[in-house]
Amino acid sequence: MKLVSYLSMFLIPLVIFYIIVYALLMKKPVFELFLKGAKQGLITVAEIAPSIIGLLVAVGIFRSSGALDLICKGLASLKGILPFPIEVIPLAILKMFSSSGANALLFDIYRSYGTDSYIGFTASLLLCCTETLFYTISIYFTSVQIKKTRWVIPAGIFLALVSLILSAWVAQVFIS
Amino acid sequence: MLNYVWSILILTGIVIAAITGNIENMSQGILTSAKDAVDLLILMAGVISMWSGFLKIAEESGLTSYLSEKMKPLLHFLFPNIPRNHIANDYICANFIANILGLGWACTPTGLQAMKALKQLECERQDTASDEMCTFLILNISSLQLIPMNMIAYRSQYGSPAPMAVIAPGLITTALTTIIAIILCRIMCKRS
Repeated sequence: MKLVSYLSMFLIPLVIFYIIVYALLMKKPVFELFLKGAKQGLITVAEIAPSIIGLLVAVGIFRSSGALDLICKGLASLKGILPFPIEVIPLAILKMFSSSGANALLFDIYRSYGTDSYIGFTASLLLCCTETLFYTISIYFTSVQIKKTRWVIPAGIFLALVSLILSAWVAQVFIS
Repeated sequence: MLNYVWSILILTGIVIAAITGNIENMSQGILTSAKDAVDLLILMAGVISMWSGFLKIAEESGLTSYLSEKMKPLLHFLFPNIPRNHIANDYICANFIANILGLGWACTPTGLQAMKALKQLECERQDTASDEMCTFLILNISSLQLIPMNMIAYRSQYGSPAPMAVIAPGLITTALTTIIAIILCRIMCKRS
């Protein structure tokens, strides 16, 4: 277990080290290339900035309105029928839009149910296996001026649901 | 579609806040989230520029094309319509590696470069996503990752007796969702 955290601590430096050594062996002007790339990177951030602001404001409105609590209450009668704990539904919804929002909610879940309870563990797994659907779509597609997203959104929502069911199932197997 | 999702979030939020009496709370929330977005962007500007710089080095030194050469069978299986030596393969490969290693924001510049390359392949269909773009995006959000470092850190922060207990089940779940994602993309590409 120590080894795992040791390895992953070294991962980023190792990747950077490898890239530089490889380029030096190929006799490339590493620093000049870095500057060129970093400049492009800054332009990229400027390009995606409007999407991020627009999305985070919308998520902020939705979160502070109490809509997620309302959804949770509305689904309370389905408790035990669904193949996953209803407490993680708001988490699954929020994770489609914003990582930081989902993390804040995850910490609430950890505080109220514990990290290794059925609910806490399902929440942990859920955030491991899903990515922010709408955030990714809006950054990736707006950067290349794509407006018609075709089947991406339905497929992404379907996958989020699958992840929810699988997380709850795997959590149950591993906890018992 | 994104237009609708965005409007629904804002409009239902405001209506619900009005009904539940959360309006004051929300007015604060709107301003805070705009400010938080900029805080996030400042952090992103540094990290993404850094990774873009290293990516450029890896690209010009031939490292990315070397790696995508190795991953060719997999890339060709996932994206049968991308010509074999197209630059899009290199960026997709770099993006997948960044995802699997859990390099966080290194995924964004590689992903955006991949999207641009895919767009070039697809210049006749101006504003419509191609099969490759959809597949690439769906695979990205199924987020295959070897070690969920952030999750382990959060769990230990919140007093988990075994923060790392999430690694094996996490790997199983993301592997399963990624397999399902690949099958789903296959079906959707065939249908259209």
